[in-house]
Amino acid sequence: MTRLAHGGLINRARTLSFRFDGKSYTGHPGDTLASALLANGVRLMGRSFKYHRPRGVFTAGSEEPNALVELRAGARREPNTRATTIELFEGLEAQSQNRWPSLDHDLLSVNRYLSPFLGAGFYYKTFMWPAAFWEKLYEPAIRRAAGLGAAAALPDPDTYEKAFAFCDVLVIGSGPAGLAAALAAGRAGARVILAEEDFRLGGRLLTEQAAIDGAPARDFVSRAEAELASLAHVRIMPRTTVFGVYDGGEYAAVERVSDHLAVPAPFQPRQRLWRIIAKRAVLAAGAFDRPIVFPGNDRPGVMTAQALATYACRYGVGAGATAAVFTNNDAGVAAALATAGAGVKLEALIDVRPALPAPLAAKAKALGVRVITSGEVIATSGKLLTGLTVRSPAGTETLAVEALGISGGATPNLNLTCHLGGKPVYREDLAAFVPATLPPGLAVAGAVAGQFSLADCLAYGTAEGVRAAADAGFTAPTLPAPQAEETATGIQPFWQVKAKGDLAFVDLQNDVSAKDVGIAHKEGFRAVELLKRYTTLGMATDQGKTSNMAGLALMAELTGQGIAATGTTLFRPPYTPVALGVLAGHHRDKDFRPTRPTPTHDWAQRQGAVFVETGFWLRAAYFPKPGEKDWLESVNREVNATRSACGVIDVSTFGKIDLQGPDVGIFLDRVYINMFSTLAVGKARYGVMLREDGLVMDDGTTARLGEQHYVMTTTTANAGKMFQHLEFCLQVLWPDLDVQIASVSEQWAQIAVSGPRSRAVLAQVVDGADVSNAALPFMGVLQTTVMGGVEARVFRLSFSGELGYEIAVPARHGAALMEALMAAGAPFGITPYGTEALGVLRIEKGHVSGSELNGQTSARDLGLGRMASTKKDYIGRVLSQRPAFLDPDRPMFVGFKPVDRSARLKAGAHLLPPGAEATTAHDEGYMTSVAYSPTLGHSIGLGFLKRGAARIGEQVRAFDPVRGGDILVEVCSPAFVDPEGEKQRV
Amino acid sequence: MRIPCPYCGARDAHEFAYLGDATVSRPDPAAPDAEDAFFTYAYLRDNPDGEHREYWYHANGCRQWLVVTRNTRTHEILGASLARASEVTA
Amino acid sequence: MSARYSFLSLITNALNGQSGWTPAWRDAAPKPAYDVIIVGGGGHGLATAYYLAKEHGIHNVAVLEKGHIGSGNSGRNTTIIRSNYLLPGNEPFYEWSMKLWEGLEQDLNYNAMVSQRGIINLIHSDAQRDAYARRGNAMRLAGADAELLDAPQVRQLCPFLNFDNARFPIKGGLMQKRAGTARHDAVVWGYARGADRLGVDIIQNCEVTGFLRQGDAVVGVETTRGVIRAGKVGLAVAGSSSRVTRSLGLRLPIESHALQAFVSEGLKPLIPGVITFGMGHFYVSQSDKGGLVFGGDIDGYNSYAQRGNMPVVEDVLEGGMALMPMIGRLRLLRAWGGLVDMSMDGSPIIDVGPLPGLYLNAAWNYGGFKATPASGWCFAHTIAQDSAHALNAAFRLDRFRSGHVIDEKGVGAQPNLH
Repeated sequence: MTRLAHGGLINRARTLSFRFDGKSYTGHPGDTLASALLANGVRLMGRSFKYHRPRGVFTAGSEEPNALVELRAGARREPNTRATTIELFEGLEAQSQNRWPSLDHDLLSVNRYLSPFLGAGFYYKTFMWPAAFWEKLYEPAIRRAAGLGAAAALPDPDTYEKAFAFCDVLVIGSGPAGLAAALAAGRAGARVILAEEDFRLGGRLLTEQAAIDGAPARDFVSRAEAELASLAHVRIMPRTTVFGVYDGGEYAAVERVSDHLAVPAPFQPRQRLWRIIAKRAVLAAGAFDRPIVFPGNDRPGVMTAQALATYACRYGVGAGATAAVFTNNDAGVAAALATAGAGVKLEALIDVRPALPAPLAAKAKALGVRVITSGEVIATSGKLLTGLTVRSPAGTETLAVEALGISGGATPNLNLTCHLGGKPVYREDLAAFVPATLPPGLAVAGAVAGQFSLADCLAYGTAEGVRAAADAGFTAPTLPAPQAEETATGIQPFWQVKAKGDLAFVDLQNDVSAKDVGIAHKEGFRAVELLKRYTTLGMATDQGKTSNMAGLALMAELTGQGIAATGTTLFRPPYTPVALGVLAGHHRDKDFRPTRPTPTHDWAQRQGAVFVETGFWLRAAYFPKPGEKDWLESVNREVNATRSACGVIDVSTFGKIDLQGPDVGIFLDRVYINMFSTLAVGKARYGVMLREDGLVMDDGTTARLGEQHYVMTTTTANAGKMFQHLEFCLQVLWPDLDVQIASVSEQWAQIAVSGPRSRAVLAQVVDGADVSNAALPFMGVLQTTVMGGVEARVFRLSFSGELGYEIAVPARHGAALMEALMAAGAPFGITPYGTEALGVLRIEKGHVSGSELNGQTSARDLGLGRMASTKKDYIGRVLSQRPAFLDPDRPMFVGFKPVDRSARLKAGAHLLPPGAEATTAHDEGYMTSVAYSPTLGHSIGLGFLKRGAARIGEQVRAFDPVRGGDILVEVCSPAFVDPEGEKQRV
Repeated sequence: MRIPCPYCGARDAHEFAYLGDATVSRPDPAAPDAEDAFFTYAYLRDNPDGEHREYWYHANGCRQWLVVTRNTRTHEILGASLARASEVTA
Repeated sequence: MSARYSFLSLITNALNGQSGWTPAWRDAAPKPAYDVIIVGGGGHGLATAYYLAKEHGIHNVAVLEKGHIGSGNSGRNTTIIRSNYLLPGNEPFYEWSMKLWEGLEQDLNYNAMVSQRGIINLIHSDAQRDAYARRGNAMRLAGADAELLDAPQVRQLCPFLNFDNARFPIKGGLMQKRAGTARHDAVVWGYARGADRLGVDIIQNCEVTGFLRQGDAVVGVETTRGVIRAGKVGLAVAGSSSRVTRSLGLRLPIESHALQAFVSEGLKPLIPGVITFGMGHFYVSQSDKGGLVFGGDIDGYNSYAQRGNMPVVEDVLEGGMALMPMIGRLRLLRAWGGLVDMSMDGSPIIDVGPLPGLYLNAAWNYGGFKATPASGWCFAHTIAQDSAHALNAAFRLDRFRSGHVIDEKGVGAQPNLH
């Protein structure tokens, strides 16, 4: 056990049991999995990506590269979870990953013997001989060896939420600068959100030894938290990571609502996605301690000096029975002293500098810490760290230690400042990149800004909090900044120990060594982005938070161009990895997108309808009857009933647009290719609209209800798009036209009754109106009432080619109208039909639909060219005159019958001249829609064929290799049934 | 990104539909060079890297077409007005 | 010159501590003049230079890159290669690209990790099945492979998809087995090294700031590293096309847009091949390193920012979770954005002109990576022969004027909808 006798922000009164790799351990509330494992003497926590070298915990935060585990089990398994951020809970279960058969004995650790071969760029130079071996042998082996943890491959059982939040000042991070900023802004009266990724506020203050306002730093944290909690307009959000900065003052954050529990509480999400809109933000994300590159710097037991101190001070854990610290800076020294002060046996403090600042030297002496100045660690030993070799002017010596804290200096945690394109600049005096251009509205304070001392963090945090609140309009006076003693921040830049021996790692997780940086340099991959991509430096799950600096410093040394000129790679969101589920929120399974039932949905369900998704709509596809052997039998019955008696279908899904005003006629003339201003009141007309590029956009019927009142129908698929288009025309193109439009798709239910008996059925539901052929002729419109006073519009239209009507009533009466029609039609053999029969009926008539209006066809292609008025301009007219549109070789709309009438046509088949080779060069068109026609007793099809209209009677080959089809078809007119259109006029 | 709708205030961009360049205007269809002018109108764009006047439609809001001035390099929004009211000029 | 990679060179360097490697390509300084200058050191530009030298014997070529090679979309895409296009103007070109991919590594002596693990476009309705059948048949006519799968076949290949509780049930898929992925950076490096070995100068940190004119003709470029004359100047600058051609007084049928892409943390093998969702904007594959690489729709507004916003991030992941509810606890590691040159019909331009001495390769929309080999091959032909090859004959700039557009989606002259 290496739990220290005293200290730490853990509740020693309570014990939590947990399992790692099947073994049981205990820890305390306040522990992370990493601290609890260390407390149990477990130092081996993972294996590296490439060489499978044993690795221990390296940090105490979200920047962890090594200690990645599979957390939880079954469908809740979370691979690649950082042990350093897992809040310990009772019953926690975790497994090590990327090892086989066990963490202790990993067979792939033989890869380290291959390391002379496996240098940077190795993959690109080999695995090419023989060529066929790549996909069969090499690549599968590489894929199996690569990857880290294994996914559960089961649906995620938890739920997620999304929410927006708005505030005046968002403070990111709750260390000294963040707390000071939040206090200042909150006291000024601003609505503040304080987001902290940890489960406890305080950041570095939880380890800090210096005093604030004369009291221990932790007391300041408690007081600040209590005050912030007492302010109603301040919201503290622990366990919340702000992971991205977006345009317009938007910050994306994930709140881990339940990750510290075994399973979420009932009705609680696992996590919540926040999009925070902040007038101002203060980033106080602190800095990371970065490593120094030296041979064997990856052994379990080697960690950042700050981590060593954090385990000792915050968690009351000694990372080893004995420890040492190797540093080049004052913060590293302070970390060493804090570690020793917490009760860890510190064998030595090794500093590359010739001397420590006097106050630190005095403290070291007081604590009895041996200081080796001008010293370097040149080697380590043990599978788990057992010793160090230290080189100094006094000579070379070995030290027996189980833990080594290394500190190469502070790297400001400025990831978020770069999300909108900001590039950090290098400050030689700090040996660090600091933010330069910032996202609008975002300020930085504290270590992230290179203000490393505690006093500076508090002062700048307060100042930025005051400023942010003032910028957001809150200028109430605030209290002076908390005061702290000055902490030393000196540093002597030092990146790499020059010594031969074991591999010296730059990127621990991806196993990128100093040698790999050298190879990249030799081969010309010198720009930082090329260095990254060629060696994979910084591409692991930690995105190189602790490793990138050393990597680019080594490259800068090789090129001689300096660190500032070398620059950094791009920082991108997310700041730390974010669960994919939380980004989706509740949009999954049946709730992925809304479901739109039609007004008669429940009625159709009672009739046993089979439904089909049509965009967001659910429509009845067909209504099977007992005894029918397949869908085709049902559909044939529905078609036959409609052609011989009467069929009924809900067509409410069509888009409906109400247009009113003195200029509606002129307006419609400009958007349709045909005339509408001349349409008589009480009449409807079929119309076609083009896009400005001359291709067909949509079709439908528009009726004139009054002198200044029209109602338009659009296709189901284009309802929204058409409304948007008409609004554009009215607001942008012709604002002078006096027209008002409204979408009434949801307001009106519409039911089509078709077939020779439909007039008789209609007569039963109207309240006495005359629906005779004379009173309501083909394309006539009747405004009346039905079912005893329900407002209704009756349009005499036909999609089926039969006598037919579409009856519109306010949507709430739709289901009742359907019931009324069914009751009234029973004596006439009324039959409900679905979208399948609807398709058959329209293909038999050769009407175009979505498959033909595919955005690639012109009115002329569709055989509708003659509808275009030559007396007016309309959208798309000019560009539909271009040469390509007039090309006689263009595929034209025609019908097809199989030469062998028993053969089935297939939509999607391509059309070739008989006998021609099946190549693109001979492709003459394609089949768009097919159906079995019960009326004709064989399969029929519609499609586009080169010079089609001139080829009626010819035979062409319908080539459908993806379904094994290759048959001869006869080209015919698309109107298979009643080509003269007589039945609809009776 | 947030679009400052003159009616609805600043709203998330996902409420809006985007059309594109608002500096082009529909040519006179009766002009002798109409086909050329329409080709230019429908297909050619300045596509600036900087300030861009562009059409957005508040589809899930007030249904107004807006002309938004936005920097395509920084996404900074410099203004928005109702397309109906604005003089649409290059 | 970079040495040829072989077993021998690998073993030698393993034994000598990897000290024998030399630069993969020379860091060339600009000469006063070249036969051909290619502006843009992405995959397309480098491939063009490579094929100019290899296929047409034109070795006095420079590739000018304003940053470092591969720093644009070549290094930001989702690495998918496929030839599953619908229209006759497109499909033969993309199938030729696929054939070049299949021989690329032996040709370049560079392992670009071309991995033909297949692509499945999922089908969710009868109409979609017909549309994909039309596409599959078009592919077969062009000599590509295509298979129409039914739902049980898809389930056998991808049992982890949401088959039982989906808003839009999976009813099948269109599969191209020869499709897959390639390591994007390696493609850039492989072409750069290949071109360099054939004498091409690759000049980095050399931004073109203007053009040298002689009357109408373009006879060279002005750069941040001085004036360079050229017999011919080819542009392959993707999302920067409008910006680069502005000084020539040209307006193009192109808008620059932001396209985001995403990668998860590394995972043990989880999914085969490439999968595209037919009812949401989501597609995914898994890299050799183990990350799920995925993407969706473009952000949809003109942008040169090379980054996007949250609505698209959420839209993509909503599609992802709807399709594969197993990914909820996996994590997004990195999101990034590219600057894509969306054209008015969603298809590319490889053409002579529009000015004498100038050649244009642009408008790759969100799909330029897969086209890299054929784009370079055809552009090289077009430059060398002063006329398009049959494979890129449809990619003319004047097609917008004549109406011979190549609009796969059928959405018309609105770039953000393609």
